Amino acid sequence: MITELGHFALILAFVVAILQSTVPLIGAQRGWAGWMAVAMPAAAAQFWLIALAFAALTHAFVTSDFSLEVVWANSHTDKPMLYKLSGVWGNHEGSMLLWVLILALFGASAAWFGGQLPPRLKARVLAVQGMIGVAFLAFILFTSNPFARLPLAPFNGKDLNPLLQDPGLAFHPPFLYLGYVGLSMAFSFAVAALIEGRVDAAWARWVRPWTLAAWVFLTIGIALGSWWAYYELGWGGFWFWDPVENASFMPWLLAAALLHSAIVVEKREALKSWTILLAILAFGFSLIGTFLVRSGVITSVHAFANDPERGVFILMILCVFLGGSLTLFAARAGAMQAKGVFGMVSRESALVLNNILLAVSAFVVFIGTIWPLVAEMAWDRKLSVGAPFFNQAFTPFMIGLALVLPVGAILPWKRGQIGRTLRPLRGALVLALAAGCLAYAMGTGRSAIGPVGAALGTWLIAGAAADLWQRTGQKGRARWSRLTRLPRADWGKAVAHAGLGVTFVGISLLTAGQVEDIRVAQVGAPFDVGGYEIALDRVEAVQGPNYRSTRATLSIRRGGREVAVLHPEKRIYPVQAMPTTEADIDNGLFRDLYLVIGDEQEGGGWAVRTYVKPFANWIWAGAAIMALGGALSLSDRRYRVAAGARRATAVPAGAAPAE
Amino acid sequence: MKGLKKKRRIQLIVAAMLALALATGLVGYAMRDGINFFRSPSQLATEPPRPGEVFRLGGLVEAGSLVRGQGETVSFRVTDGGATVPVRYTGVLPDLFGENQGMIGTGSMEGEVFVAREILAKHDESYMPREVTDALKEQGVYREAGS
Repeated sequence: MITELGHFALILAFVVAILQSTVPLIGAQRGWAGWMAVAMPAAAAQFWLIALAFAALTHAFVTSDFSLEVVWANSHTDKPMLYKLSGVWGNHEGSMLLWVLILALFGASAAWFGGQLPPRLKARVLAVQGMIGVAFLAFILFTSNPFARLPLAPFNGKDLNPLLQDPGLAFHPPFLYLGYVGLSMAFSFAVAALIEGRVDAAWARWVRPWTLAAWVFLTIGIALGSWWAYYELGWGGFWFWDPVENASFMPWLLAAALLHSAIVVEKREALKSWTILLAILAFGFSLIGTFLVRSGVITSVHAFANDPERGVFILMILCVFLGGSLTLFAARAGAMQAKGVFGMVSRESALVLNNILLAVSAFVVFIGTIWPLVAEMAWDRKLSVGAPFFNQAFTPFMIGLALVLPVGAILPWKRGQIGRTLRPLRGALVLALAAGCLAYAMGTGRSAIGPVGAALGTWLIAGAAADLWQRTGQKGRARWSRLTRLPRADWGKAVAHAGLGVTFVGISLLTAGQVEDIRVAQVGAPFDVGGYEIALDRVEAVQGPNYRSTRATLSIRRGGREVAVLHPEKRIYPVQAMPTTEADIDNGLFRDLYLVIGDEQEGGGWAVRTYVKPFANWIWAGAAIMALGGALSLSDRRYRVAAGARRATAVPAGAAPAE
Repeated sequence: MKGLKKKRRIQLIVAAMLALALATGLVGYAMRDGINFFRSPSQLATEPPRPGEVFRLGGLVEAGSLVRGQGETVSFRVTDGGATVPVRYTGVLPDLFGENQGMIGTGSMEGEVFVAREILAKHDESYMPREVTDALKEQGVYREAGS
C-alpha cells in the first residue's frame, strides 16, 4: 500500500514538474504575476511528493518488502540496518530517485530562500529547474521504476554487493549527487539569464553560493569514493583514471572554474558570457557523467546498469539540454555586455588563466575518457586509455595552475605589478624550494614528481598563509587581531587553496615514495619491507554477522619496537557467494602501512602483499580542507548575499560595489 | 574603454587557443604510450603486438588451468574458444577471479607468455567486461548469464 502511494506520488511529482516548467515561463514572458507565482508552490510540491516517494522506497527497504524488485535484488533480512538504508541508493533505480529528490530539493530551496530574487528571474530559474525534473522523472518512470513489483514475492533477497556494504560508500553517492545536481542550479540560472538577456553582479551573487555548495559536495563525494577505493578494493590505489571517476572529476574541474569566474562577474562585471558558458558546461558534464556511468558504453571497473535503453534515454536528455542551452547561448551571448576593464597584470587576468587551465585540463580528461568510444566507432579498434596518458597530459596543467595560484590570489583587481605582488610571497618561495630540496634528498633516485610536488604543495600552503598575512595590513601588534576579524570568505579562500597544496604533497610523495612487496610469508618468519619488520603471527577462521572470514594477524616492528598489529582478512559473503579482500591499514601522519592477505600456499604459508605508502592520508585530508574552505566561504556568503541584495535595491542596478 | 575591452577579448581568445593547442599536443604525445589496445587470444595471432607493447588481453580463464597457492606468482590460461594464451601474474588476484570467469589483464608478451601487470577486478559477479563478451560472441561461444 505504502509502495503504491510512493509510486503515485512520483507520478504526481512528474505532473507538477510539467506544470512548473511551463506556466511560470509563459508568465515571465507575458508579465503575468499570477502565472509566475505558480513556480514557488510547484517547486515545493514537487519536492514533498518526491520526498514521499523516497520515504516509501526507504520503508520498503527497512521492512525488507521483497515483493519489490529493487529490494529483492539489493537487500537481505540479515543485512545491518545502515546498509538497508544505504541500499536505497545502492542500486540504479533508487539512486536515480535520490538524484531527482536532490534536484527537487535544490529547486525548492531556490523557491524558499530566493525572496530577494527578481520575480521574473526566479520564475524562469524554477521553470528550467522544473524541466530538468520532468526529464529525469520521465526517465525513472519509463525506464527504471523503483516501485516495480514482482509477481511472486520471494522469501529473501539477493543482498547488497558486499563491497558496497561500507560506511564510506554509504555516503559517497549522496554527496556526489548533491554536487552533480547542485550544478543544475547554476545551469538554471544561466539559462534564465540567457532568456532574460541580462547578467549583472546580483546574478553572480546568486549563482556563486549554489556553485560553491555543489563544489564542496563534489569534493567530499569524490574524496570519499577515492578513500573507499583505497582501503576497500585492496589494490592500494587512490585514483585509477577510470571513466566513472573521470565522470565526477570533469564537473569538479569545471565547477572550480565557474566558482572563480563568477567572482569576476560579481566584483567586476566582466567575463559574463564565459561564466554562462561554464555554468552550462559544468552541468552538461554532470549529465555526460551520468550517461557514461549508466549506459555502460565504456568498460569501467564500476559496472552499473548496462542497459542500452536507459543509455539512449539519458543521451536524449543530454542532447536536449546541452544542445538547447548552447543554441540559446549562441543566440543571446552577444547581449552580455561586459562593464569592467582590467589590465594585463591583474586579479581578473589571473582568474582568466585559472579558468583556461581548469577548462583545458577538463578537456584533456574528457578526451582521455571518450577516446575508447571514438576509436571503436571510427576505426573499430578496442582500446583503453591508461593512467600514463593522464599523467602526461593532465599533470602539466595542474603544475601550471599551482605555480600561478598563490601569485594570482594576491594580485590586486584592475591593475597590478608582478614585482610588488611577489614581495609578500618571498618567504613562501624559500619554504617551497626548501621542501623540494628536502624531498629530493630523502628520495634520491626516485621519480622527480616527489620533489616537484612537495615544492608546489608547500608553495600553495605557504602562499595561502602569506595571502592572509598581507591582508592584515602593515602594523605589528594589530595584525593578529585583524587576522581573526578577516571576513570568512578570505579565510575560506586561503584554507581551500592550502587544502589543494596538502593534496599536491600527498599525491606526489605517495607516487614517488611508495614501496610494494609481494611474497609468501611463513608463520614465525619475519621479513623486511621499507625498513619495517613484518611477522605473520597466525591465521584463523572468524565468523562475522553476514560473512565468514579468514583473518591473519601480522605484527610490524621498527628498530625492535612494535609499531602496529594488523588484521587483514579474506571474507566470504555466503548469500552472494562473494569473496572480498579486506586490507588492514595502520594510518599515520607521514605513512600508511597497508597489508593484504592472499592465497594459502600448498607448501604452507600465505601470500602477503605489503605497501608502505608515504603521506597517503594527506590526499584526503587536503580534500577535506578544501571542502572546509568552501564551507567557510559559504558561511560568509550567506549574510553577504542578503546584504548585497539590499544594497542592489538602494543603488541603481549595475553599480557594482568596488572592492 | 571600448578598444581595451576588444584587446582583452582578443588576448583571451589567443590565450585559450594556445592552451588548447598545447593540450592537443600533450594529448597526442601522451597517447603514444597511454593507450592500451585490447586483444582477444584469437586476435593475438592475427594482430601480434609490437615487442614490449603493453596491451590488454581479455577472455575466459580456462577450466583446470589456474595454478594458485604455489608462490606469489599465479599462472593460468585465457581462452576465447578459438585460441588460448598462457598468463602469468605476480600479486594478489581480484576477489572474483576464478576459472570460467571473464577477465581482462594489462601487460605484455614475454615470449609465448602474457605477463600481466594488472588484472581488472569486477565489482559484482554478474558483470562481464564488454570486450570479453564481444570476443566470445565473435568465437560463437558466448552464453547468456545464468544459462
